[in-house]
Parts: sequence; structure tokens; C-alpha cells
Amino acid sequence: MAQMTMIQAITDAMRIELKNDENVLIFGEDVGKNGGVFRATEGLQKEFGEDRVFDTPLAESGIGGLSIGLALQGYRPVPEIQFFGFVYEVMDAISGQMARLRYRSGGVYHAPITIRSPFGGGVKTPELHADSLEGLMAQQPGLKVIIPSTPYDAKGLLISAIRDNDPVIFLEHMKLYRSFRDEVPEEEYTVEIGKADVKREGKDITIITYGAMVHSSLKAAEELEKEDIQAEVIDLRTVSPIDVDTIIESVNKTGRAIVVQEAQKQAGIAASVVAEINDRAILSLEAPVLRVTAPDTVFPFSAAEDVWLPDYKDIMEKAKQVINF
Amino acid sequence: MGTKTLTQIEEEFETFQILNEEGEIVNEDAMPDLSDEDLQELMTRMVYTRIWDQRAISLNRQGRLGFYAPVAGQEASALGSQYALDKEDFILPGYRDVPQIVYHGLPLYQAFLFSRGHFQGNQIPEGVNVISPQIIIGAQITQAAGVALGLKKRGKKNIAITYTGDGGASQGDFYEGLNFAGAYNAPAVFVVQNNRFAISVPVEKQSAAKTIAQKAVAAGIHGVQVDGMDVLAVYAATQQARERAVNEEGPTLIETLTYRYGPHTMAGDDPTRYRTEEMDNEWEKKDPLVRFRKYLESKDLWSEEKENEVVDQAKEDIKAAIKKADEAPKQKVTDLIENMYEELPKNLQEQMEEYKEKESK
Ligand SMILES: Cc1ncc(C[n+]2csc(CCOP(=O)(O)OP(=O)(O)O)c2C)c(N)n1
Ligand SMILES: [Mg+2]
Repeated sequence: MAQMTMIQAITDAMRIELKNDENVLIFGEDVGKNGGVFRATEGLQKEFGEDRVFDTPLAESGIGGLSIGLALQGYRPVPEIQFFGFVYEVMDAISGQMARLRYRSGGVYHAPITIRSPFGGGVKTPELHADSLEGLMAQQPGLKVIIPSTPYDAKGLLISAIRDNDPVIFLEHMKLYRSFRDEVPEEEYTVEIGKADVKREGKDITIITYGAMVHSSLKAAEELEKEDIQAEVIDLRTVSPIDVDTIIESVNKTGRAIVVQEAQKQAGIAASVVAEINDRAILSLEAPVLRVTAPDTVFPFSAAEDVWLPDYKDIMEKAKQVINF
Repeated sequence: MGTKTLTQIEEEFETFQILNEEGEIVNEDAMPDLSDEDLQELMTRMVYTRIWDQRAISLNRQGRLGFYAPVAGQEASALGSQYALDKEDFILPGYRDVPQIVYHGLPLYQAFLFSRGHFQGNQIPEGVNVISPQIIIGAQITQAAGVALGLKKRGKKNIAITYTGDGGASQGDFYEGLNFAGAYNAPAVFVVQNNRFAISVPVEKQSAAKTIAQKAVAAGIHGVQVDGMDVLAVYAATQQARERAVNEEGPTLIETLTYRYGPHTMAGDDPTRYRTEEMDNEWEKKDPLVRFRKYLESKDLWSEEKENEVVDQAKEDIKAAIKKADEAPKQKVTDLIENMYEELPKNLQEQMEEYKEKESK
């Protein structure tokens, strides 16, 4: 097995699918010669040619519409939106069009499109680069939304996403791109979409999270262990649809839960998770399910990021609050 | 035949130039009415901005600046167009258009705070008619049509001017902005600084159109392509566009042909991946400062001594501005909460308390 960063795992997944399926096309701003601003598509144009891997003019709505058109011609587009804060430019193509294609054509057409895009705080970008906008996407029926937290998951999930016959939003947390390496098989494998992963087992409290917050939660769990609290950490991996079974099984065991997200508190994934727990496991609960989130402001100017973003201490504090309820 | 072919239309968009690479006036008739002091001031601003750009790059490398998009190479294009404005004209800049708004009145230290991701950098002082640089490419262009329409409705003899790049001219917002301004005959000037690349993507890949200027044709507005390394041509074209706009003779799209010498931004871009050294050299020969310096020296309006004075002044100002930026209070989440709504809703009132406590620790 190889040691790979998340960015390498992502490139690897695209390379494998470009090889496997001649209908896979990769395009976006700067993805060709430049290999993407994060080098996610490094070397792919060289290896597969400009027919398969190409730059687009600078227009996200165009990229979205182009993807739908190519899908209608039987291709399997894997467009990149350079930063997910630019998704507003392509919202109609995503939510208004591709998410509804199968539905409005009565199943005649479908959109096997995987939109890849970096997002996530902690890297001090200018405005509208780092925002956690998965909640917006998750609210749109017809889309699947994936946020991997490890290189292994990223590769397996991206391959699954590209093979999926419905539109998938694949969000890559910038902070995780190069922050650590993981054992990643060089051959192809898939990770099931819609399946959470228990990243750490524990009996006292369940921490449900995704993205970079998985690592903050694992760190919190380690610290809590020193205080004799055994936290179970569930990585949703797919935030739409949510793997309710894994969550409920864990909550039934621990009787306590917190949900952690980097996004703001209002609406969002964490609120959905809390609602699912209330719907399905209320009688197992020993305490209310609390959330750790960012505050309800626009994503902060970079000089305030450090305080704004939730960290492992916030998670510990909330976990203890639930434990001591 | 009553039809015009595409080629005929494209041929009409010749590059407007006044000062050639050798610093010679090649288009005397178009020479704008500028005093010797004005000419010296234009040079001063270009030299100043070049120094500022160098300092910004090195401050960024030392981790003392944050987000920065280099401007060297584009001084004539940026500053020549701004110089044609009235103080009451309104600028809607992109991220690379910081020099224009500083010369329009934004204090330099605030430009540095903007780079540092401090909200006070975006708090435009009263009487400075600009908005902070737009990050979303193209968003400012439709807004410029709105500002222009507003100015017209208010009966002001002023314009809205907005800047974008060759990449920005591919956004839907670009076409919408031109079209709206045209439809309302709003006093807007759209400047596209065509520096030939959108990060790594060459302008040839943005569009089948030979020029960006010709995109004005479909919107029914004026369009002109200008040598963006020639500060006199950029000034003259903008000044004419401004005149037309305030006289209700229609908006103008100005394409300036220019080049950025540096990387796209300081966040890891490597131009050697997509540009050749020959191309860099070819453009450096067109340098806006070099040719204007030659011209001014030939008229005895510039000297090494004068240039050194400007350089020293720039360095001094930058030092002072950085010091002032350093003195800005640490940015708090509570500041951000404060600016979400006129009146805070309940969720934010609660969070305000929570973060006040957090930030007091
Ligand atoms: C809507 C949107 N899409 C993409 C980006 C990322 N991005 C920033 S600058 C840039 C290239 C812009 O090129 P151009 O318009 O030519 O301006 P230049 O940077 O050359 O001045 C890109 C793709 C962005 N900021 N906003
Ligand atoms: Mg450009």
C-alpha cells in the first residue's frame, strides 16, 4: 500500500476512472496544464489528452450547464468548481437543473455528474472560498453530497461518485488536502456512498461529525479519554443522504450524543442529524443532543477564523455538558 | 451586400495607442489635454505603485500581509483609467484593482487591512466613492450598471466604473452588466484589463472572439481596445468614455492590453507552468514605466532625482501604513456578529454573549 495525502488520493481516483471509462471527462478553470490550483488534476491532461481533461472559460454557470449537456450526450462529467464559495454562480445548473433532470424527464434522462470542489476553513483564504455550504446542497432533493475526511475515504468515495448515475457534490476540505498521509491501496476500490464510518469506538457518548471536524473530534475524544470518558466518533462521510442506521445504533448504545459541524448553526446538517435522533432514538437518550457549530455569521474574514471555527476544546466542553446533564 | 461579416467587425477594433514602446508620440491628434504636472503625477503614481507592489510581495513572503494580487505591468492600465475620473465617480474594483481605489481615496493602511482579512479594511470612509474589491469574478459588473443607473436617476454627472480581467469577460455577469447599462443608457464604463491570462488559462481559450472590446457590439454600447501599457492612451480612452457616459451617449467597454509580471496571487501560483520566458520578456519590453519615463525625460519633465524622491516617499508611506495597520484592534467574532443585521435576531443575540465571554478569556 502507498502513503498518500488526500490530494494524491483524489488525483489517483480520477486517473483510475479516466482509464476505466472513456466517457469520463474532467474540466474546469485551470484544471488542464496547470493541474488545478491545488494540483488535484496534476498530470491528467498530459496523460489523457486535452479531449478528456480540459480548461473551461471562466464561468461557473457555464461549467454546470456544459456538464448537463455532456451528460445528455452520454458522458460522465467530473467538473471542478475552483472553490465552493463560487457555487452560487452555478446554483441554477446544480439545484435547478441537474438535480431535477431524472425527475422531470420521468427517468428518461439522468445526470451522472460529479462536481468536485475545495472548501473549508483554517487556511485563510479571501472571502467566498472557504464557506461550508453543504447544508445548501443537502437541502436539494436529487443530489448526493459527500465530504471525506481521510485520503482512503476520499479515493474510494470519489470512484463511487464518478460511477454513480446521479449528480454528486464532492467536497474536499482544503485543510485536509496535505495535512497528513494515509495508507491508500494503489488499485481501485470503492467506499459506499451514504455509509458513515465509526472512526473511533466508545461507550459513553457519540460524536457525529464530518470533514475536518472529524479530526478535531478525534482529538477531543483522545483528551476525553484522559478524563475517563469514552467517546465514539462517527464520520458521516456522506451528508446527504445521511446514514441514519449507523447513528441510531451508536446512540442506542451510548445514550448521549453531540453533533459537530464546521458550518454555522442555523439550519444545516447538524440540525438534521439531531432531528433524526429525536425521531428514532428519543427513548435511548439520557440527555439532550447538543450541537457544536460556528456562529450564525457569514464565514469570517481571515483574521477572525481561529476563534470562529469550532475546535477540539469546544467539542470537549459540549461533550462534558451532555455527560453531566 | 448589406451584411457585415465577423471579420469586418473584428477589423474595426484596432488597438488605440498614443505612446509607443520607444516613448514616442505616435498619435498626436489623440493626445489628451494634460498639463506637465498631470504628466508628472501619472508617472509618480506608476513609480509609487511599482514600489508598493514590490513591498507588498515581500511583506506577503514574510507572512505580514496576507492575500495579495500583484499589479506590476498593469500600472498604466489601472492608474491611467482612474486618473480620468472625478472624485464623485464610483469605482467597483476586482481583487487586483486596489491601486485604483487607493488613488480614489482609500487610505493605504486600509488596503493592507483588506489584505490581512480584517473587516476594517472594507470600511470605506465617508466620501470615498468605492466599494471594497470583489472576490467573485464578475459580480461587480452588474452592480456597476446599478450604480450607474442610480447616478443617472439622481441627475448626477458622474459615472460608475468597474474593472475585471480577460477571464472575467467570460462570466454571464459580464454580458448582463453591459447589456443592462446599454438598455438603460446608464453612465457606466467597463474596463477589462486583458493581461492575457486568467490564472493559467490563456485568453485564447476564453472565447472565439478576437478581441474583448468587440463584445460591446452585441450589447449596443461603445467598445475600444487600448494599448494598456500606454498610460496616455488608457487615460484618453477612459476620459472619452466618461464624457460620453455623462452626456448620455452610452456606456463603453474598454479593453486594455496588458500583462502581469508576477504570479496571479501570492497563494502558490507558479507562472512558469503556463507562461514562457520569451513571452515575459516580450511584454517587459512594452513596460509602461519605461516608455513613459523616456517620454517625460525627452520633455525634461522627469529625472533620476525625481524618481528617487518618489521611491523614498513610497517606502516611507508604506512603512507608516503597515504600522497603522498593525495598530488595528484584533478582529473579533463579536465585530462580525455586530455587522450581520441592523437589529440582531435572537440566535445572534445569544451568540453575541457567548463570544463576548469566549473572547474575554
Ligand atoms: C466566480 C469566481 N470564479 C473563480 C474565481 C477564482 N479565480 C480568481 S482570479 C481567477 C482568474 C481571473 O482572471 P482574469 O479575469 O483574467 O483576471 P486577472 O486575475 O488576470 O487580473 C480565477 C479563476 C473567483 N474568484 N470567482
Ligand atoms: Mg487576466
